[in-house]
Amino acid sequence: MFVGIVAGYLFRSRKIPFQNGLILTLIWVLLFLLGLEVGVNDNVVRKFASLGLEAAVIAVTATLGSVFAAKLLWRSIKNHEK
Amino acid sequence: MKGSLIILSFFATGLLLGVFRWIPISWANADVSFYVLCALMFSVGFSIGHQPDTIKQFRKIHSRVLFLPLTTIVGTFAGVLVVSVFFKHSTAELLAVGSGFGYYSLSSVLITQCKGAELGTIALLSNIMREILTLLFAPLMVRYFGNLSPIAAGGATTMDTTFPIIVRTAGKEFSIVSIYNGFVLDFCVPFLVTLFCSI
Repeated sequence: MFVGIVAGYLFRSRKIPFQNGLILTLIWVLLFLLGLEVGVNDNVVRKFASLGLEAAVIAVTATLGSVFAAKLLWRSIKNHEK
Repeated sequence: MKGSLIILSFFATGLLLGVFRWIPISWANADVSFYVLCALMFSVGFSIGHQPDTIKQFRKIHSRVLFLPLTTIVGTFAGVLVVSVFFKHSTAELLAVGSGFGYYSLSSVLITQCKGAELGTIALLSNIMREILTLLFAPLMVRYFGNLSPIAAGGATTMDTTFPIIVRTAGKEFSIVSIYNGFVLDFCVPFLVTLFCSI
């Protein structure tokens, strides 16, 4: 990744149109491979529903946690401005 | 939203091909995905290094707002810690899932690489849901938790997929903050995920 940052910085003056498309394509390939890996793993397939539930709980609490923290920060900024 | 659906469909296609054994199992070995992952990390780094203009604009931000990405991280971890007792996965593994901050593609791939397909699937679903929650509830968040809250909820996605909804609900003056938050968290995801995977 650092090699990428340096390379990106060096070529910053040049327009590279295919760059975002490349990232997207690589992500598609990887997600396809992840699906494949999950699919051949009968153990994971059987537990898919409970994995989904676990994922949902984490998503909700992680989002709520960050939203609450943002409220505290927002309030401290408002108090600071007064 | 359309982007997430396309990505999900790629995952689903792979899943179905695997479940019904329509292609040889040997295709699913991890070596290929490791090299594709290296190429992806290079491209992500490249795109970060490629936009130095965004870095210059950060100076205009109110000094306390600079803490927003940190606030997002701390809040996310606190939320994950609260429910971690209910699951059989270790706290570090769940924190790795939470460290995706909505960046489901990268986090799920990284986690699959070091913790296997089961936790990787949780990371994928969980972080997609986080993005969808942000897209759906951004207006409510602004009303009850202040203008910074949808940016914290969006996590690493606030410079791309959730950016439009944030600008619309929190206001145009928050667009720089939104990009800043997404930029910093994008950068943190690979480090935090691999950190928690290695614990």
